[in-house]
Amino acid sequence: MKRQVPLILCFVFGVVMLLTQFSPHSVSQGVYEEVLNWARIITPFALIFSTITLLQTHITRIRRKTEHWQYSFIVFVGIAVMVIIGIPYGPQHPWFEWLFNNVQLPMDATMFSLLAFFIASAAYRAFRARNVEASLLLITAVIVMLGNVPVGNLIWNKLISWPPISWTPWSETFADGSSWMKQWILDNPNLSARRGIILGVSLGVISQSIRIILGIERSYLGGGD
Amino acid sequence: MLTKLVNMDRRIVFILVALAVIIPMLFPISLSVSISKPTKDLYNFIDELEEGSAIMLVFDYGPSSLAELNPMAKAILKQCFEKDIKVVGLTLYAVGTTMGSDLMQGVADEKNAVYGEDYVFLGYRPGIELVILGMGDDISSIYEKDYYETPISQLPMMNNIKNYDQIELVVDLSSGSLTESWITFANVQFNQKIAAGVTGVIISQMYPYLQTGQLIGLISGIAGAAEYEILIKDPAKGVLWINIESFVHLLIVLLVIIGNIAFFVNRKQEE
Repeated sequence: MKRQVPLILCFVFGVVMLLTQFSPHSVSQGVYEEVLNWARIITPFALIFSTITLLQTHITRIRRKTEHWQYSFIVFVGIAVMVIIGIPYGPQHPWFEWLFNNVQLPMDATMFSLLAFFIASAAYRAFRARNVEASLLLITAVIVMLGNVPVGNLIWNKLISWPPISWTPWSETFADGSSWMKQWILDNPNLSARRGIILGVSLGVISQSIRIILGIERSYLGGGD
Repeated sequence: MLTKLVNMDRRIVFILVALAVIIPMLFPISLSVSISKPTKDLYNFIDELEEGSAIMLVFDYGPSSLAELNPMAKAILKQCFEKDIKVVGLTLYAVGTTMGSDLMQGVADEKNAVYGEDYVFLGYRPGIELVILGMGDDISSIYEKDYYETPISQLPMMNNIKNYDQIELVVDLSSGSLTESWITFANVQFNQKIAAGVTGVIISQMYPYLQTGQLIGLISGIAGAAEYEILIKDPAKGVLWINIESFVHLLIVLLVIIGNIAFFVNRKQEE
């Protein structure tokens, strides 16, 4: 029963919502609006569930004393402080804003900024022209990296103003060639590959949705009976 | 020596990156920024809007991406306030509320824009797709009150804005895949015009939508922010940071070249 009811609900709502997309009739649109309203009411409860799951995860870490379990206390303190100030006074309260602007904002920005260092180090190690594919990747990366910043065009324009090249008719035509090449890569090979990925993912989503509506795919119900 | 170079300690790379950031910050230089078509398209679209039109500016990002997306938001707001275009700000990302509200207020103070008449900030509501779909019918069904708890019926600007029909453009500033949700649920369902400002790492994802016209314009990372600042003739942090980023990119390219030369010479010697 615990599995059958969700499966029936999923089938009925899946089919009904699918049909509403093909009918402009007022009854059909009324059903669509009503279901959307229900969904809007249900959605905030997901925040409660996610908070409970987060707390459970960290309680388990503390109980089992897994690696760095002490940091889990910081999670509890963080949640408690923000909830105590945020729920009664709202996010506009100066204390809440102060905590956000002086704790969360700098920490979050710092974590992301560290990426620049790791990416530089990883690029140095990984971008080796070991074979044709790696060489293509390397050349493309260098073109896009230089094309994305003004110094790329500066180098390019200096290069084409070099006397042996500057007299040619192309020197003017190919000014700012660095950003032109970057744009060409984004507009052509990148776009084609991306479109293929989007089509593949979309077909996958459609087939998975049909499987869920028909009750073939049941992993979303979780384990147990 | 070559083996050492191939296996260079990553801490040396870290120090070099730090220097490539700090030195141009202490001694700023100004390099010429070329304007890309997607950025120019967005600028032109807003520039050609009539006075009194409204756009929606969506702050779908958190502190981790503010370095790239805040300069874009500021540049767009400056352009709108100077042209007397109304701005409805909101976010579908919980941590975007404080940042969005502070940023709008800051630019409004600078440009003497009045809250409720020239701009409003609606804040955050959970349920991404449901919020986008709901606003297509009636914005007040999703946001009964603005971020500051004022009923939106009391905001003069919102009296003329019921749903997307009165919004000329949605500009989604995003560090994730939320732009795709705006395209799927606002553009496809309601024919709402969408433009985006995104972080560098997701630029390539946006190009199929640019080609189909589902995005009318795109600001790409800090480079795009710098381009937009040039277009509105108000160079600010975007221009400063893209010049700094130039040196970091150049350093990485040099490291890659040195690493490859060392790798090949080393391999030849081993053979």
